Amino acid sequence: MSATPLLEVKGLRVEFPTRRGTLVAVDDVSFAIAPGEVLGVVGESGAGKSLTGMAIIGLLEPPGRIAAGEIRLEGERIDNLPPERMRKIRGRRIGAIFQDPLTSLNPLYTVGDQLVETILTHLDVGKAEARVRALRLLAEVGIPAPEARIDHYPHQFSGGMRQRVVIALALCAEPRLIVADEPTTALDVSIQAQIITLLKRLARDHGTAVMLITHDMGVIAETADRVAVMYAGRIAELGPVREVIHEPRHPYTVGLMGSIPKIAGTTHHGRLAQIDGAMPRLNAIPPGCAFNPRCPKRFAPCTAERPEPLPVGNALAACWLYASERR
Amino acid sequence: MSAADRPLVRLTDAGRDFDVSRPWLNRVLEGAPRQLLRAVDGVSFDVARGETLALVGESGCGKSTVARLIVGLYPLTRGRVEFDGADLAAPGTDTPAFRRRMQMIFQDPYASLNPRWRVRDIVAEPIRVLGLAADRDAERERVAELLRQVGLAAEDGEKFPHEFSGGQRQRISIARALSGNPEFLVCDEPTSALDVSVQAQILNLMTDLQERLGLTYLFISHNLAVVSHIADRVGVMYLGRVVELAQAEQLFAAPRHPYTRMLMDAIPDLQMTGKARTPVAGEVPNPLAPPAGCAFHPRCPHADDRCRAERPTLVGPSGGAVACHAVQERRI
Repeated sequence: MSATPLLEVKGLRVEFPTRRGTLVAVDDVSFAIAPGEVLGVVGESGAGKSLTGMAIIGLLEPPGRIAAGEIRLEGERIDNLPPERMRKIRGRRIGAIFQDPLTSLNPLYTVGDQLVETILTHLDVGKAEARVRALRLLAEVGIPAPEARIDHYPHQFSGGMRQRVVIALALCAEPRLIVADEPTTALDVSIQAQIITLLKRLARDHGTAVMLITHDMGVIAETADRVAVMYAGRIAELGPVREVIHEPRHPYTVGLMGSIPKIAGTTHHGRLAQIDGAMPRLNAIPPGCAFNPRCPKRFAPCTAERPEPLPVGNALAACWLYASERR
Repeated sequence: MSAADRPLVRLTDAGRDFDVSRPWLNRVLEGAPRQLLRAVDGVSFDVARGETLALVGESGCGKSTVARLIVGLYPLTRGRVEFDGADLAAPGTDTPAFRRRMQMIFQDPYASLNPRWRVRDIVAEPIRVLGLAADRDAERERVAELLRQVGLAAEDGEKFPHEFSGGQRQRISIARALSGNPEFLVCDEPTSALDVSVQAQILNLMTDLQERLGLTYLFISHNLAVVSHIADRVGVMYLGRVVELAQAEQLFAAPRHPYTRMLMDAIPDLQMTGKARTPVAGEVPNPLAPPAGCAFHPRCPHADDRCRAERPTLVGPSGGAVACHAVQERRI
């Protein structure tokens, strides 16, 4: 990557103190996103992908907290800001899109009111100008006849249209970074395709960096430039999307790719490659590599020491297989 | 027709309406009419012994309603459902001994298991109701065998559902469904709530069980990749009707109905990394006011005047039937 990163996350650690000890939900996670780049973050339930996103937008639910590491937006540290200052950054410089559009919209206000309010909060414009901008945003996210729709309430929109409104809301203040957490998961496949295309176009046209969190490798393949594969709170593999999908290096990524049913060249009625067992619970993460109990390629160092991300091709894989001198 | 080559399940022009009218008082005061939602309309298909027929479609297309009509969770509004040659509306088919032969697996493994029961009781309930075990020992043995069959340990029977992960709970649901020795399993989105690596485990388990026990599956899913993996034949539904019914290989190699083609184009494909897609415009219309003629015509690039006026019927052999004027007129 040539450009200076827009978002830089270094050694991020998110903890939940509980009565029975501290749970580490995100453990030493580092990555960067360049302007105009879409970084996919993929993983199964409980892998820590959403918490990483929440930590970046400063919306970790207490008692969850950032215990170590730093988050920089355009060079400025944002992980230790007081809530009031973070609130100004969120919305203005970071936009957020969540899975369920209904929880992101206030059912008692028209979408126009909500857009105008957001624009007035973050930008120095008048009411009339804000409404013009709101109309332009609705048109940009592909809502037909925005003049007729702007004064409608959220319940008058379909699921796909609501998600477009949420994207318009996230774009109000022309943020530099958009954190999208499962933005298409609640949508049907034909609508999902429309939303993916929209996100991609926005990143390209506005030079906005997008962090796209999803469990769906297909969505990542279509949208992201690079992808981070998370497992048990850690990044297992991070690299260009093509490489990670076609030539996965980490044994977990290999298993994950093999377990996805594919339409082209399907092994009809054959068996899918399967990873036996399940992801460890947060209170029982094994020592060494978190994947080692399920790993078909486990050898001595895997149970002893946690692997650092190691360069393989253009990617990084946190796996002892790629250590230059094998012990 | 002999019993061996008779289809196990046959739907003939099956339909189900739901009354979604306003409450009676509103109708009287405001003069609002009764309103019926046609969730399923004119659906006919056969399921042969030992095959997997999948139904796919987007939310609200009626695929789950079809599943519930077959197992009798909803009564039919029109048409008939036959199981092994017997009309399910006829007297004598409502007995536990007959109903034992078909079972259902639901989408949400968190909602479909009683949280206050131990797993062994959950799995044993059908055995007790149907009187399939001679005594307690036989029952205990059968439950242990069922749990092992779905990849759990016999000791897991002592635990409660909350002690299991989503994938393990779905295994418990499968063990319960198998406890009555069914011939036919209706699986309503059995893997949709699961992570992809767990989904692979469950799909492999279902394939193994089918081979070992000679089961027949009706598999409901919105995920075309999963369907292409597990199904022998696929029915594509849109707004309560089957628009295409074909052999899986044929359907995925050469989809014929414009809606099927649209669905195929919309699936994010791992192979086409970075490729721009042409998204399909439009959304599923309101089922309370379905369009006249072919329900898909407002989104269809090939629609003409006939499509807007006349509803197409499913035409062709059961290995490749399609309900589309344009296909039948060889326009596409």
